[in-house]
Amino acid sequence: MKLLTKNSARATLLTMAVSMVMQVSAGEVLIDTWRTDDKDLWEDVIIPAFNKHHPDIKVTYRPTNPPDYNATMDSRFKGGTAGDLIACRPFEVSLSWYHKGNLKSLQQQPGLDNFPAFAKAAWSDQGVPYCMPIASVLHGFFYNEEIFSELSLTVPKTEAEFFAVLDAIKKEGSYLPMALGSNDKWEDYEVAYAGVGPNYWHGETGRQGIIDGQRKFTDQPFVDAWKYMAKWRPYLGKGYQSQTYSDSQTLFTLGRAAIYPGGSWEISGFNKAIEGEFEYSAFYPPVQKAGDQCYITDHVDIGMGINKQANNPTDAAVFLEWVASAEFADLYTNKVSGFFSLSNHDIAVKDPVAAEIKSWRDNCQSTVRLHSQIKADGILGSLYDASAGVLNATRTPEQAAADVQAVLDSQ
Amino acid sequence: MIMILKRFPWHIPIFLAPAFCIYGLFSAIPLIDTLRLSFFVEDAHGVRSFSGLQNYGFLFRDPIMAQEFWNALWVNCRFFMINMLVQNPVALILAALMATAKIKGVVIYRTAIFLPTLLSVVIVGFIWKLILSPVWGVGETMMSWVGLEAWFGPWLGQQETALVTVSLISVWQYIGLPMILIYAALIGIPDELLDAAYVDGSRPLRTFFQIQLPLIYPTLGLVTILTFVGNFNAFDLMYTVYSGAGGGPEKSVDLLGTLFYRTFFGFASQIGSTTMGATVASLMFVIILAGVAAYFFFIQRRLLRFQY
Repeated sequence: MKLLTKNSARATLLTMAVSMVMQVSAGEVLIDTWRTDDKDLWEDVIIPAFNKHHPDIKVTYRPTNPPDYNATMDSRFKGGTAGDLIACRPFEVSLSWYHKGNLKSLQQQPGLDNFPAFAKAAWSDQGVPYCMPIASVLHGFFYNEEIFSELSLTVPKTEAEFFAVLDAIKKEGSYLPMALGSNDKWEDYEVAYAGVGPNYWHGETGRQGIIDGQRKFTDQPFVDAWKYMAKWRPYLGKGYQSQTYSDSQTLFTLGRAAIYPGGSWEISGFNKAIEGEFEYSAFYPPVQKAGDQCYITDHVDIGMGINKQANNPTDAAVFLEWVASAEFADLYTNKVSGFFSLSNHDIAVKDPVAAEIKSWRDNCQSTVRLHSQIKADGILGSLYDASAGVLNATRTPEQAAADVQAVLDSQ
Repeated sequence: MIMILKRFPWHIPIFLAPAFCIYGLFSAIPLIDTLRLSFFVEDAHGVRSFSGLQNYGFLFRDPIMAQEFWNALWVNCRFFMINMLVQNPVALILAALMATAKIKGVVIYRTAIFLPTLLSVVIVGFIWKLILSPVWGVGETMMSWVGLEAWFGPWLGQQETALVTVSLISVWQYIGLPMILIYAALIGIPDELLDAAYVDGSRPLRTFFQIQLPLIYPTLGLVTILTFVGNFNAFDLMYTVYSGAGGGPEKSVDLLGTLFYRTFFGFASQIGSTTMGATVASLMFVIILAGVAAYFFFIQRRLLRFQY
């Protein structure tokens, strides 16, 4: 996370104070979001590009520390100090805002036709949209190309090849085969299980099955995905039980680990940290047998809605219409590397790794993270514990499945 | 009657007023409001309605919530026990050594041991995470200097060892406080008493156990209470070490504080609940209140205080 400079901190405080004290006059739009990392980009690139078309609308970008975003927005909605445009996480959290009457319905909003149905579904309530989709992230494995060529390894397409590659790296002994830890727990589910599992439960088929109650976590495909993860244990670093997410990132960017299970959102950070020291790329989760259909987690990550109590809903809608344009899609995809525009516009991806990851969509079927839309409070926390437990060998895959299913059944 | 009014000591309420107002405004009223909130439920639109003991019923009857609550309570009790068994006895020994043994450079030791207390918890958590991390190998290298590298393990990441490890980090950080309190009590004992014991032929150990220790019982009681209240409100170290309120491996480091945080602010897909959070907070208050009340009733009343 980037530290705020004194000046921008002052500016943020000032805008907060100003927006609380005065009614924001017409022609000003305030955006609330959790993407602190992209602040400069919005202020230097995206907002000026918008102002070329609408010089009379002043747009302010107000990011909040990501872990605190939901709680902060809840209190801002209650206190009437929320901005005009609200960045939306997919499914439950923003849906609860819509239900509480904090977000406007976007039935009449121009620009929504530029998005495919699956993207709109992440921010719709029974067909009524309440946020404009923006971008998604894709899951896979990053690999260090230099280590691969040094050990003459090729990108694995099947699980058998994947384990052969891991074995070869382990046997040679200079590098850590896979950088993944279980201290922070969340990435064991959000990145690992949700990333490789769709090959087992056949993406949307399995996820919809869980939502409809046709399938259970204790069914074979879901248990097998954990069994597959349990087989990674020998290839993880020594003491991986207390290895944090940032430890794993650092092991990869220092060139000490050959493979890193992650997602496209890492690309900007990796490019900065690696600084061209070595070439790296990515491969999609290997399938079980050669010839199987591949599935990828193509997670709808960020959208944007209009505050029902907005001071300036007219200009907010104008901005939102521009968010649906090809120009915005191009800026967002190529300036925020690793976030792919959800729109139907054909956007050329400039970053080579991002382009490689985006190309997976051509052959593989997309799905979102498994827990999305599953109506059970605490399902995500239990998936964290279950996946970390399997990696730590404190739970068998069967136990992990039973524990998660118990949370689902208790609702 | 008029005489009494005239003599009413107005200066007392005037001098008490600032403290009373500030404490009332920032401590008492929020606490009472938290207790009040725990009797309400909030619907999806944020509208609150009175629900009596429904929240408490849910907390104790819902299998998942109840399991998390009892687990957090038990973890918290063990956290307190480790602190009581390690921190306070060691603090007592250190204070006794500093107060009685003739050690060179007492001031340096005193400062060095007290220093971590002044550090931010975030820094303490970060330092220990680095030292104990198997990835960067600081701890392992240090252990290899004395030939113990085979004993090194990812203690913070294992279910069996995580709580003990975090508790010992907490002990390392806060041991300075009880040590300074006990030390101050020990050097407050008049030398005449100790001299008289010496003249009567008492050995240093016997002097310590039969004269000095009984005289500092009230201080030890105070240290116990401070440890108890501090431990049952603990949260920050766990939050730092495990990058959030996730509760560590298999929830083995999930204190009441982290459980409260998850309930109130939300965690992962769990949407935070103001009223359920208030319920957990109220229970924490009740537990701490019960502990302190029991201490005052059973122990504090029996302690003898001596005027020197």
